[in-house]
Order: sequence, then C-alpha cells, then structure tokens
Amino acid sequence: MEMLSGGEMVVRALEDEGVEFIFGYPGGSVLHIYDALFKSNKVPHILVRHEQAATHAADGYARATGKPGVVLVTSGPGATNAITGIATAYMDSIPMVVISGQVQSHLIGGDAFQETDMVGISRPIVKHSYLIKDPREIPETIKKAFYLAASGRPGPVVIDIPKDITNPTDKYEYVYPDTMKLRSYTPATRGHSGQIKKAMQLLLSAQRPVIYTGGGVILGNGSELLTELAQELNYPVTNTLMGLGAYPATDKQFLGMLGMHGFVEANNAMHHSDVILAVGARFDDRVTNTISKFCPTAKIIHVDIDPASISKTVTADIPIVGPVDVVLKDMLAQVRDLRAADKSLPDTEALDSWWKQINEWRDEHGLWTAPRYDTESGLIKPQQVIESLYRATNGEAYVTSDVGQHQMFAAQFYKFDKPRRWINSGGLGTMGFGLPAAMGVKMAFPDSDVACVTGEGSIQMNIQELSTCSQYGAPVKIINLNNGYLGMVKQWQDMQYAGRYSSSVYEESLPDFVKLMEAYGHVGIRVEKLEDLEDAMDEAFKLKDRLVFLDVYVDRHEHVYPMQIAPNGSMRDMYLSKTERT
Amino acid sequence: MRHIISVLLENEPGALSRVVGLFSQRGYNIETLNVAPTEDSTLSRLTLTTLGDDQKIEQITKHLNRLIDVVKLVDLTEGAHIERELMMVKVRATGAQRAEIKRCTDIFRGQIVDVGPTVYTIQIAGPSDKLDAFLDSIDDTAIMEVVRSGVSGIARGEKVLSL
Repeated sequence: MEMLSGGEMVVRALEDEGVEFIFGYPGGSVLHIYDALFKSNKVPHILVRHEQAATHAADGYARATGKPGVVLVTSGPGATNAITGIATAYMDSIPMVVISGQVQSHLIGGDAFQETDMVGISRPIVKHSYLIKDPREIPETIKKAFYLAASGRPGPVVIDIPKDITNPTDKYEYVYPDTMKLRSYTPATRGHSGQIKKAMQLLLSAQRPVIYTGGGVILGNGSELLTELAQELNYPVTNTLMGLGAYPATDKQFLGMLGMHGFVEANNAMHHSDVILAVGARFDDRVTNTISKFCPTAKIIHVDIDPASISKTVTADIPIVGPVDVVLKDMLAQVRDLRAADKSLPDTEALDSWWKQINEWRDEHGLWTAPRYDTESGLIKPQQVIESLYRATNGEAYVTSDVGQHQMFAAQFYKFDKPRRWINSGGLGTMGFGLPAAMGVKMAFPDSDVACVTGEGSIQMNIQELSTCSQYGAPVKIINLNNGYLGMVKQWQDMQYAGRYSSSVYEESLPDFVKLMEAYGHVGIRVEKLEDLEDAMDEAFKLKDRLVFLDVYVDRHEHVYPMQIAPNGSMRDMYLSKTERT
Repeated sequence: MRHIISVLLENEPGALSRVVGLFSQRGYNIETLNVAPTEDSTLSRLTLTTLGDDQKIEQITKHLNRLIDVVKLVDLTEGAHIERELMMVKVRATGAQRAEIKRCTDIFRGQIVDVGPTVYTIQIAGPSDKLDAFLDSIDDTAIMEVVRSGVSGIARGEKVLSL
C-alpha cells in the first residue's frame, strides 16, 4: 500500500483522473500541493496571471474537449478571484473541478490571514462543494468531484482544502476509487419510453414543426443524433447562442440562431410553429422574449437531463427527463417505427408549405442570403470582419468570444458546422472570458486555429493573460472589433436613452494595442481600411506560431440586428435595422 | 397554498445552508423550518413549510432534489398526513387570570410546565392552526413570550420517507 501525504494525494488523484492541465496560481495555503506538483511533474501546470483567467481557461478547455477543466488556487483572494469564472461555468453547465487552499483547520473561523469562507461564498454557483476535514478523505472526494462535475447536468465543483491537511510529513494510505456512486445523486440514464412515443406521435403530426436546441445537445454529445433526426424528418432546426454548432450551420435546414439577436426566419418559425421540439435548451429570457406572448400556437416537447429546467419558464406539454443522446436515439427509433407503420407521416404537403413560408422569410431577411448591413460606407463593418475570419479559417476554427456586440456578430456570421467550436459565456455574460478561454482551447488543440473575437472593452478585462500565452506558447489569434465604445451598452443607450453615452466611451484612453503586443512579444496588426482587412486576416493565420492581435477599426456606430423588441414583444417582434421593424 | 415538505438530508456540515440558501437565492419563502438527526446518524430530517402555487412548489421540490445533499423528499400535503408543532408560551398569570388561563390550557390539551408566583409557562402541541387558535383565545396583553418549533410532519398509513 502506497503512503502519501495529503498534498501528494491531491496531485496523484489528479494524475489518476487523467487530468491533462491544471490552470492555477500558487499561494500560502496551497504550497504543499505545489511542492508535490513540482516533484511529480506529470500534469503540466499553467501559471495564469489572475485566478479568474485560470477558471476561464479551464472552462474553455472543458467546452472544447468535453472533459472537466481543473483549477488550483490559494485561499482568500485566490479563491474570490476565481468566483466569476466559477459562476460563468455554473450558468453554462460546464464541468470543472476547482481546488482551493484554505487556512489551517484550527484557524478556520478566526479571520486568519487570507481566510475566506470559500464553501460559503461559492455555494450558490457550484453544483456541489466539499471542505476536506481529514487527509484520508482526499482520494474519494476528488473522485466524487470529477464524477459530479461531469455527469448529469454538468457544473463546477469546489474542493476547499485546509493547509494542514496537505502537510508533507503526515503520510496516509492512498487508493484511488475506480468508480463512484452517491445515494443522493442519481441522474436519469434514459427518457421515459411512453413519453417519447407520445412526443414522437405529436412531432410527426405537426404541420409547422421546429426543432429548437441549446447547449445541452453539445454538452450531452447529441449533435450527430440531432442531425440524423432532423434530416430524417426534413424539419427546420434553430440553435440557441449556447447551442451553435450542434446542427451544421451550412445545412439548408438550419435557420440560424434564435432569440434576442436571432435570425428573423428562426424567430418567426418559432412564433408560428405548432410543435416545438426543445432539446437541451432552457427557454432563457434571451430566447423567449415576453413569456406570455411566447409561441402562442405551439405544443412543446421538452427534453432535458435536469428536471428543474423543464417547465421553469415555459410549461412543457410533453416533458422528457433524460440524457439527450439516449433520448434522441430512442426518438429516432420511434420515428422510424411510426413511419414504417404509417408512410404518410409526416404530412409532406404541410411541410412543403411550411418550408416555403420559412424560405420567404429567409430570402427577405436572412443574414446569410444577402448582406443586411450597409456595404457602401467604405467603413469596415464588424460583420465583414467575422465573414473574413470565417473565410480565412475555412469555418474550421475554434472561436471564443467575450461579451457584447462582437459576440453577437460572431454568433451570427461565423457558421459553425461542428459542436464545441463556438465557445462563449452565454448565461452569465462574462466580459474577459474570451482570451483565457482561447488559451485553454489552444492548450488542448495546439494544431488547430483558435481565434478570440473580442472588443476593446472586453479584452482589457483579462489582457494580462497575454503574458501567460507567451510563457506557455499559446499562439491564438485575437480579433479585436475596435469601435472605441462599449458597443452593446452604446447600442442600448442609442435605442433607449436618446444617445446619452453614460460611461461607455473610451475617448483617447485606449492603449496602442500594436505596441502593447510588441511589449508582450506578440504581433499586433492594426487594420484601419477595408481593403487591408482580408490580407491582414490571412497574415494573422499564416503566422502559425505567433500570437497575433488584429486591431480592427470598425464602424463606430453599427448596431446588432435583428433585435427583439422588449418589453412586451413576442418572438417575432424585432427591429431589423435602425429604421425598420417587423 | 401552504405546503409541508419533508426532506431526508445527508447529515453533513453545510447541508442545511444549501437548503436555506436555495430558498433565498431563488426567492422562495420559508414559513417554518426544523431539522434534526434521524435514527440513522448519517441522515437528518428537515421539514419546512412554504407558500406557493403548484408551479412554484414544483420548482421548489425540483431544485431541492437537485441539491446533492438531498437524498429524498416528499410534499406531505399531497396526501393524508399528520402535522405537529410544539409551542411554549410564557404568560403573565395573576389573580383571576390564573384560573382562566389554566382552563384554557386544559381545553387545548396543553400543559403548564412551569409555574411562578406571577407566570405560567404553557406547552402545547398540535397543528399550527390549533396553536394560533390558542394564542387568539388568551388575552394578548398577558403573553410575555412565544416559542414555536416549526412544523414536523409524517404521512398517515404505510407510507414512509426513508432510504
């Protein structure tokens, strides 16, 4: 039997769990763990420049790979700095294990140096948390944490470890459990077959069906089955912001994103539908607009692994609790059985006229059927930058984003054909997410193109990570849509506050990003003219081994459209431009 | 409508705070709450009463179930059940009032558990509305202190909440 100290057990358990990277930052109460990490030297540790970035990097890694991201931080400020990133992961159901140091057990509660109640502070934003009281608990607790983080509806799990627990001189038996079972935690393993049959009967009887899917399809690895089901039926598909890539964007059945900045054809199809199949989506307020006006004629089938997501905001007619991949597989089998028994299903005539209607909307308003932004001004339009990025990367890049207008432009104009390629903070809307997330993705996929679409506001929230990128070689491409404003704030101020730009203007205060990149040892390229855009974009991706920051001076006054009209609007009520609405 | 939700909870540090935190975080109400270990020392039983329409109660039970420390729960108000609350009331009892309060206590099947020259301490157990009725039936100005345990409940018949 192997005898290890608490600190060594933490490191060994992470190794046994197959952890590929630890993102972290050392400090007093985790020094024993860091020493064990130094001695073992099996799992690479990425030293970030701020603990928030550690959580976002682990989060980006998790979204791109599907494996839990791992974070190691010290007590007190180390732990509190990690909070924003934990909340970001929680809102988007991202598997993550966060190990935080704590002051020595006997000092807890005494306001010791760098003490904070991490379990308490993180409680509302974790799937679960542990405070370790005895070193012998370490292997089992770490196993539980990974199991909880990655199973059911995934989420972050915090393990708070007091310093004395990791003391190098006290050794204990170490055995890492192979599997884990918890009597109080039994996520559904399949959907109710009767419900699925009922749901498929309803779905096949639809005249105006829509399949609406969210991040759950990506998290639950259901993309291929979703695509198969949709194509078997020739039904239209729309994805949420979190769900982009679950269905191939370039396929003709894809209606684009839905919701606040969704496509007209997607929002209209939802509004006029008679049956909605919602999979791994949670009827978020950024999707539904006014709940009481939401899709008045639709019957709703709602599939989710989390029963609490079903009928939370919109009541489901047929709820199905289960993992999306298993449920989709059962659905597909049911659909094939039902169609074998009745060849007239679904009603192709009704479906043809539904598609005709949808294609009319698409031809008239679709963002991909014709440019819906002004192409005459000679200014660089932010939409064009994303189109250029799409072209330069053949639509194959991992694209992370921050939060704001640039995020919406990226979601609208980068056509994601594969899951796990679009990585953004959808639920919490965390500015500063993009660069560290891109770093985490690049670590996981060093040979793939990784782009971070950002704005000059968001990038400055975690810009210190440029240094981490130098140290560990993360040559991501940063596409900065620079308009000198907090763009989305400005858009709302234009639309609702008569253009009073309260604290949303940078004036002359922005740094020279090109020089800043040089200072960090990276490459900065400023693009001020439209005719330079394509070459600069190609140049950025040609420099394979360099981090390149493309500082693109875009039209300062562009707005994101479509935009749902709130309050009191339905899904189909949208502004289409500064002067038009539906 | 008022609901009594009984929860079997892992007897772990912090488990109670997760339940209470859930209610404040999601804007639900807790009217009463009580919690104590069960015959199985690894489990606590927590009983809470809350107000809400069916949709809200469904959300509450779903979110409670989602807590990792919650092993099982039941909404007792969905079926036949017994609810009890323990109340202790300290009242000013002098002169003619002494007899009056004693009579009232007997009617409600309470007991006087402490007697002083000028005070009685009365213990009463029963459903919450019975305790309310007792308080209504004695002179307001005589009441010095009221302590209530919060509701405990158990299903009637064969039904049990256990592992």
